[in-house]
Amino acid sequence: MTNELNPGLIIILGALLVPLLPGRVLRGAYMLALPVAAFVYLLGLPMGEMGQVELMDLSLVTLRVDKLSFVFGTIFLIATALGVIYALHVGDWVQHTAGLIYAGSAIGAVFAGDFVTLFIFWEITAISSVFLVWASGTTSAMAAGLRYLVIQVGSGVILLAGVLMHYSDTGSIAFGAMGTETLAGKLILIAFGIKCAFPLLHNWLQDAYPQATVTGTVMLSAFTTKLAVYALARGYAGTEILIPIGAVMTAFPIFYAVIENDLRRVLAYSLNNQLGFMVVGIGIGTELALNGTAAHAFCHILYKALLFMAMGAVLYRVGTIKGSELGGLYRSMPWTTVFCIVGAASISAFPLFSGFISKSLIISAAMKEGYYWVWLTLLFASAGVFHHSGIKIPYFAFFAHDSGKRCEEAPMNMLIAMGIAAAFCIGLGVYPDPLYALLPYDVKYDAYTVEHVVTQLQLLMFSALAFTVLMRTGIYPPELKSVNLDTDWFYRVPGSHLSQLANQFRSITWQWVADGTVRLATKVHDALYKHHGPEGWFGRTWPTGTMAFWTTVTLGAVVILSYL
Amino acid sequence: MSADHDHHGFETPPHERTWIDDPRNVDKIVYALYAICALLILIDPWIHKHGPFAVEHYWGFYGIYGFVGCVFLVLAAKLMRVFLMRPEDYYDK
Repeated sequence: MTNELNPGLIIILGALLVPLLPGRVLRGAYMLALPVAAFVYLLGLPMGEMGQVELMDLSLVTLRVDKLSFVFGTIFLIATALGVIYALHVGDWVQHTAGLIYAGSAIGAVFAGDFVTLFIFWEITAISSVFLVWASGTTSAMAAGLRYLVIQVGSGVILLAGVLMHYSDTGSIAFGAMGTETLAGKLILIAFGIKCAFPLLHNWLQDAYPQATVTGTVMLSAFTTKLAVYALARGYAGTEILIPIGAVMTAFPIFYAVIENDLRRVLAYSLNNQLGFMVVGIGIGTELALNGTAAHAFCHILYKALLFMAMGAVLYRVGTIKGSELGGLYRSMPWTTVFCIVGAASISAFPLFSGFISKSLIISAAMKEGYYWVWLTLLFASAGVFHHSGIKIPYFAFFAHDSGKRCEEAPMNMLIAMGIAAAFCIGLGVYPDPLYALLPYDVKYDAYTVEHVVTQLQLLMFSALAFTVLMRTGIYPPELKSVNLDTDWFYRVPGSHLSQLANQFRSITWQWVADGTVRLATKVHDALYKHHGPEGWFGRTWPTGTMAFWTTVTLGAVVILSYL
Repeated sequence: MSADHDHHGFETPPHERTWIDDPRNVDKIVYALYAICALLILIDPWIHKHGPFAVEHYWGFYGIYGFVGCVFLVLAAKLMRVFLMRPEDYYDK
């Protein structure tokens, strides 16, 4: 074991210098150099466990490079670079620094070899990323950021509790395969599940991501949830409960996506749906399935970032991202339109686009292992994702009815970032072999069989047909100015009423205690005055003998009592 | 694409209209989609499927499933609006 540095630290430490750099050009070049330097450094690292640090009795493995961490580390570094390019026009150093620390800590967590190192980076991702939400500066972003922070840090606290229990049970802090038999295993699974937006634990994602800044959401979309996917793949591969959890995740967010008006929130719901595919892959746990999860995370980060970039560009130029206020923007933003369509085709898993070559692995794995209902659910979700992400996003933003809004094309740095992401989406879709070679297991897989291509096209084209028919018959629900209730309602409405009630109860109790105290004090005062005041019994002068008498009586009483 | 979606009340000025703004061209795209769907269903019997599930081998399964699935998705989501939709400022109150 040698003392190599975790590549995540290069970015975190490098980020600390960002506020000191003068000028946008120098700062931009420096920020872009950080992920590049970290990647070059990563390529030079040998496989294995390194960076051992002794902390009290614990020996931490701060750096573990193996195939699983390498593929996630690589895509995280690519996403960091894309996020930096996309945000080059932003002057605010807080966002740049927070974004880089966030990306660096996610990368640090991926290369963590033990649970303590993981925990530290896990919490840094939470704390640094909230600044990307807060940077929006609106009251609702402040509140959403706070809710997000509480949930993210909460996930860390549960992780820590699980890790401590695991340590006291086994004496080990190694971050490896966990079971769900022990309480520690269950707690750590819940901690990962919160960050992975499991059903009912999910709503921090749809709540906070659309509130972040234009560039912040792009960063957010890449790291937190995929770090959780990585952690699950590391710790819970083959854990059967993840299959139904993942299947539910693929299906239920898409209903919300159909009726959601905020297009960045639509993407947050579809992000949730894509995570479901990865979680199913982890639950199935075969080599093919786990390869599918890693490949899908890789492709997903790129096309999801691309879609958030396109919607971010619209928000940046038009000032709104509500479907009800948009339409016809292809005239003003032709390049953004094209890039958005590439992202939409990729997330929909069209043949020749990246989602196709990664999602197929997971669906094939589900078929191969005979999970009939899961397979049907994944197919439904695949058709649905085309429906709400593939068609709805580009259609309502760039086509549909002309909103009359005219604006400039996205800034050049945004276009470059989108162009690179789009090139990756098509490149991986057309030529997936380099990605397949990076995957954790050596599995031969051919996505481009006639069977795969035709069945996938049937699914997608008939999904498009459904959209067209529903649209032309006027059945399709129009985009409406609205919010839809989700699980966050429970803590935002009854939760807030409950806390108001608790507040009232506290203030009533306090009033009662305070009034009581005052009454009591008045009574005591009156009594004291009565007896000790000028007219009082104790206020009179008494002969010394009386005092001697009472002292004797008291002492006598004490003596008698002590003998009893 | 359709008149029921016209909630912006804006008409594109004639000089800004492009190929896709002509409803006849939109119709052409839609007919092309119908043709592609028909073709994909027609070639289905010649596609050799290897999956273990019987349903997959029925004629046109993927197409029918995709269509029915999406119609169900949209109708269910529309129904969800009845229960879940609130005004935009709901949480600000």
